[in-house]
Amino acid sequence: MPKRTDIHKILIIGSGPIIISQACEFDYSGAQAVKALKEEGYEVVLINSNPATIMTDPELADRTYIEPITPEIVAKVIEKERPDALLPTLGGQTALNTAIKLAESGVLDKYKVEMLAAKIEVIRKAEGREEFRAAMQAIGLKVPESEIVHTLEDAMAAGDSIGFPVIVRPSFTLGGTGGGVAYNRQELEALSVCGLDLSMTTEIMVERSLLGWKEFELEVMRDCKDNVVIICSIENMDAMGVHTGDSITVAPAQTLTDREYQEMRDAAIAIIREIGVETGGSNVQFAVNPEDGELMVIEMNPRVSRSSALASKATGFPIAKIAAKLAVGFTLDEIKNDITRETYASFEPTIDYCVVKIPRFTFEKFPEAEDVLTTAMKSVGETMAIGRTFKEAFQKAMRSLETGRAGFGGDGKEQLEHLELFELESGLRIPSSKRLSFLHEALRRGLSIENIYEMTRIDPWFLRNLEQIVAMEQEIRRVGASGLSGLGYDFLKKCKQNGFSDTQLAYLTGSSRDEVRSLRKQIGIVPVYKLVDTCAAEFESYTPYYYSTYEQENEAVRSERKKVMILGGGPNRIGQGIEFDYCCVHAAFALKEIGVESIMVNSNPETVSTDYDTSDKLYFEPLTLEDVLNIIDLERPDGVIVQFGGQTPLNLAVALAEAGVPIIGTPPDSIDRAEDRKRFQQFLQKLQLRQPKNDTVFTLEEALAVAEQIGYPVVVRPSYVLGGRDMRIVYSERGIREFMAKPGMAENKHPVLIDKFLEDAIEVDVDAICDGQKTIIGGIMEHIEEAGIHSGDSSCVLPPDTLSAGLIEEIKQATRAMAEELGVIGLMNVQYAVKDEELYILEVNPRASRTVPFVSKATGVPLAKLATKVMMGMTLAELGLTTEVVIKHWAVKEAVFPFDRFKNVDTLLGPEMKSTGEVMGIDANLGLAVAKAQLAAGVTLPVSGTVFISVRDGDKKGIVEAAKNLVAMSYTLLATKGTADYLRQHGVVCDHVNKIAEGRPHILDKLRDHQVAWVVNTSLGRRTTEDSYLIRRAALELRIPYTTTVSGAVSVVMAMQALRENALGVKPIQHFT
Amino acid sequence: MKALIALEDGTIFEGESFTGRGEAIGEMVFNTSMSGYQEILTDPSYTGQIVTMTYPLIGNYGVNSEDMESASVHPRAFLVKEYNAVPSNYRSQKSLARFLDDFKVLGVEGFDTRALVRHIRTVGALKAIVSTEDLDRESLVGRAKAWAGFIGLDLVQDVSCEQPYGWADNCPVTGTGFSTVQAGIDNPLRVVALDCGVKYNQLRIMTEKGCQVQVVPARTDAATILAMQPDGVFLSNGPGDPAGVQGVVETVRGLLGKTVIFGICLGHQILGLAYGGSTYKLKFGHRGGNQPVKDLVTGHVEITSQNHGFTVDPDSLDKDVVETTHINLNDGSLEGMRHRLYPAFSVQYHPEHAPGPHDSLYLFDRFIEMMRSEKS
Repeated sequence: MPKRTDIHKILIIGSGPIIISQACEFDYSGAQAVKALKEEGYEVVLINSNPATIMTDPELADRTYIEPITPEIVAKVIEKERPDALLPTLGGQTALNTAIKLAESGVLDKYKVEMLAAKIEVIRKAEGREEFRAAMQAIGLKVPESEIVHTLEDAMAAGDSIGFPVIVRPSFTLGGTGGGVAYNRQELEALSVCGLDLSMTTEIMVERSLLGWKEFELEVMRDCKDNVVIICSIENMDAMGVHTGDSITVAPAQTLTDREYQEMRDAAIAIIREIGVETGGSNVQFAVNPEDGELMVIEMNPRVSRSSALASKATGFPIAKIAAKLAVGFTLDEIKNDITRETYASFEPTIDYCVVKIPRFTFEKFPEAEDVLTTAMKSVGETMAIGRTFKEAFQKAMRSLETGRAGFGGDGKEQLEHLELFELESGLRIPSSKRLSFLHEALRRGLSIENIYEMTRIDPWFLRNLEQIVAMEQEIRRVGASGLSGLGYDFLKKCKQNGFSDTQLAYLTGSSRDEVRSLRKQIGIVPVYKLVDTCAAEFESYTPYYYSTYEQENEAVRSERKKVMILGGGPNRIGQGIEFDYCCVHAAFALKEIGVESIMVNSNPETVSTDYDTSDKLYFEPLTLEDVLNIIDLERPDGVIVQFGGQTPLNLAVALAEAGVPIIGTPPDSIDRAEDRKRFQQFLQKLQLRQPKNDTVFTLEEALAVAEQIGYPVVVRPSYVLGGRDMRIVYSERGIREFMAKPGMAENKHPVLIDKFLEDAIEVDVDAICDGQKTIIGGIMEHIEEAGIHSGDSSCVLPPDTLSAGLIEEIKQATRAMAEELGVIGLMNVQYAVKDEELYILEVNPRASRTVPFVSKATGVPLAKLATKVMMGMTLAELGLTTEVVIKHWAVKEAVFPFDRFKNVDTLLGPEMKSTGEVMGIDANLGLAVAKAQLAAGVTLPVSGTVFISVRDGDKKGIVEAAKNLVAMSYTLLATKGTADYLRQHGVVCDHVNKIAEGRPHILDKLRDHQVAWVVNTSLGRRTTEDSYLIRRAALELRIPYTTTVSGAVSVVMAMQALRENALGVKPIQHFT
Repeated sequence: MKALIALEDGTIFEGESFTGRGEAIGEMVFNTSMSGYQEILTDPSYTGQIVTMTYPLIGNYGVNSEDMESASVHPRAFLVKEYNAVPSNYRSQKSLARFLDDFKVLGVEGFDTRALVRHIRTVGALKAIVSTEDLDRESLVGRAKAWAGFIGLDLVQDVSCEQPYGWADNCPVTGTGFSTVQAGIDNPLRVVALDCGVKYNQLRIMTEKGCQVQVVPARTDAATILAMQPDGVFLSNGPGDPAGVQGVVETVRGLLGKTVIFGICLGHQILGLAYGGSTYKLKFGHRGGNQPVKDLVTGHVEITSQNHGFTVDPDSLDKDVVETTHINLNDGSLEGMRHRLYPAFSVQYHPEHAPGPHDSLYLFDRFIEMMRSEKS
């Protein structure tokens, strides 16, 4: 059936900010869908609040609304745009849930908007636990025994009747939020309360636990003629009980006979038909009893998902793109397979390699959180690796994780020899982010596979393969005891085929990485590159998507074109996310525009950068020096871009330059000049610029002396860190002692940096672009939160709203002076602090920053693209960028945090970054822009009600004005004693409420009674009082809006004022000039 | 143990035997199924061939007695990227290496199977030799070249059963004249299966669907078959060049119009020849579980299991007599046809799957419906 001609305009809903369980994969799928629909001539309208996405690039959709994704706001977009259809299956759970609400509220009917791909009944049937269970039973498929309940009492009764342990699964939540395993009544109660609250329909399922069963997923696609194909099977290495997003997964399934696989395939096809997903992709999850093969259906997502992104990258089959085309009426046999060009999309990819995905966790950011993996997802990113064997792929994935590991052990980083057996066993039994280390240790000690299987429930097939890696590690130690040369050609080649990195080989043979590399090259052991072609080489393929392996035939052919390699950012983690991928993708686009071949290297399957459509060539490889140099040896690029992918490629810059690789843009020496403390100081002195007093120390004694001399408070941190890791603001000698007592701090290995902390200073972020001669300021962002809070966690306003014209001019001049002195070619980011009208330089980064996409979206200037062209030798004048853009609207960036995923974690902000994503609010009115940013971040600001204020002494003065405004807007104020006294003294009417220690009813009672609409709570440093921690945590769990800084509170009051006076309007980004 | 794989055009790969010593000469083909190696190994259509799996990790789930497609292993050698020696599956009864060894079939791993596949894709199916015994490259290439190959040969007689048998309780039971009875089936349809290399799953499925199946040797003539008064005749798959198969085309001509006929793979090709058409050899064939086939009647696409090197030339068929019912969406080749006058139809692919998708099982129902309607 050809495409539909009765619809012309289609609305796509994105997934909003990056959060745990909804990351870049929905930018990838959304961007693909927008492109696919535009290609077919449809007018595409997009809404997504996340400015760091490629899909919100103004040239992609016809009209792009960077607005909060709430039913009300989307309704406004619909009212304005009058689309014929809505495609809700590409923006994750957010889009699906929003679409349901739009349908239920009658908005879709009112404006005659057709829901494509999946009708409302279909979504309900798939996502509603009760409907789904009934549907499965109707087609004769088994589901785990379960009860669907809507009250706590029923949940407890269900637990008793099913028998513990049970799994709690809330309906309509994403990433298993609010779910978990309950081993007893007490845990069931806690999970049920939380789950009922989080479910959109106050519904949870209490389910028989299938802990220890094997878990599989199938990616299914269906067209409007009922043709169904399976794109990929995925086997989870971690057994049931660990969320699939947190599991190590492997494609294709490894331990199923064809008979079992086909049974699963039949089931998946029956499910997509029974549920009634009309077109597009779905993901079905199964559990299989390892004892007898019994098959149970766990769940089905009637939309593209994280797994479908993974399946797309694993097979080369672009699920989202095809899903979009199917949604408008094409059938699978009408859509060509881009990769083979000869065949059609109506086939099932077959692969001739093994794919391993390993999740990336960041528990180190949340030390209070328990590092235990359950059915609620906790990982923030993932990496994927491709190899010809599981062992090769697994080791490649390990070194792609950016955790400093060079593979599965064998790199000197395992330090578990000292463990008592019972500790080791506990580490194996309880799934955690560290379980692989325990596995390695268990295998090293020679625990039997049967024994390890009993404890981990990881299928013996995987354990055997891991055992082979460990055995080979020991063999390398033995053969290489006399040195590297002992390995010999055959054995060394075998090691490489089993995924051992040069770093591991160097460590195990007591040589250096360079020695291994040069020996390898000398004796001709170099990788070959194979194509990902969807068809296991049955057909010739044209899409240059490669992975490395150590075999005979190389398929990657170097072209004669001028070529530039872009190094991506690896797996998402806090501090390194989609913003850098955005920049890398723009680099590829820019190279295409000027006719230069782009070669992308990255290991993150969620991203747009690893879409084979993005660059001319894609190498899906780990971003280690070895892997990158190997590709460079083959491709001999004219230039390599390291400044766009964040810290990951930057860490390689010096070594690459030393290896003679042509790094384009700002020279690595300039990067070093900005990062090396001493050189940076000299640099600033030369330019007569000011920085907060600072020094570098190695010992506790030095630290105490320096802190004394600089004057408390001070900021302390280890040198060369990402995302403010381990950074602290210290107010006293005791704080210094505590910090220096942390492992590794005072051991003379890494210097510790001490800076004067500028209390209550305003922080300013500047992104600029420089061609070596001229510097253009891309944007000046004033942070809403005061200095001391990591810039990635601060909300900010563009343009600045309180800085004087003189200061702005001073900032511009300083930025230009620094760019020119450093010889920046490309992008530069500067962080300033303003205190008492004086400007301080906090940090200069001559590279793409996290704020580049935000600035580009706010101003309409594609900084990353322009910077790429500058790096290719063009001048800003040639590119037509000669003046700085002045905007007449306000853009506000707000950060989004994963606190609700981690029990016991404080929500206070500090110098260590904790946010996973960001949203943008854009409006002609600053207050409304703030309100939109809040709304997009999931905070609905109250326009009336009671505001609770409890602030530390230093903040009391600052809060008075805001409090007065609140009273004037007829909010009721509630304050704890100190704050209440202060406010009353300053003429603000407020009620007093007990602190927790002061007896009941106290503030927690008020919060739990939902008597408070907004919480303002500031606290000194880290968890100063248990009281304020409990208040913040309660606010978080009860989902009461809360603010933890005075400056944040002031801006929220302004937003509430704006909201009371104006209705929120919507406007496409293309119409802001 | 080192093993060399030599192709007739001089290409050589070096691997390791995982089954001990051995040597085999045959036609080099590849299969793109990611699962189902046991079914592939026991499919008689692979007789005389050396099979390379494109999926690199093989042996993972072992071998079991339920997934046999015939009583023995048919390829002459089995080549994989990495043999996984310790199986993990609740049904596994022995390792793949032991299984191959039981049937004295050489298994080789540890070489660039993708390079081999790309080579065959480019130049076409080749004669090949795999050996742990003769490691002289020139000698091997020479021997591969010198081997006569299968064009025009009748391989069916090598795999067809010696004695007629029936099917009951999931097992072959020796016997003639529909003497084998599967319990629990009332008024069964009587199907004679002409064994050109039949796969057990064809018999399992027909039995499950209420047929009483009598398997007969391929040399059985039409009169003998008709004398058994079957409701239908099933023409199985089988190895080699259809043009080389002796006598079966004549048998089928003798059956046409006298009973319902359903042919699969070689059975389909033989029907093509019986209709007066011709067959030709594909460059490297279709072997795998992901071939898309379009049913021209319904417009529906089914994902099919395939294993064939020869195909019926659609231009050789009289359009007034034979209707094309299915085509391959990858290369447009003929995948299914039916006789316009007689109750006979056939497909080039394997609706009995094993291994592969179950999308095409409806064809057995179609066969049964045809038999029922002819009967009434």
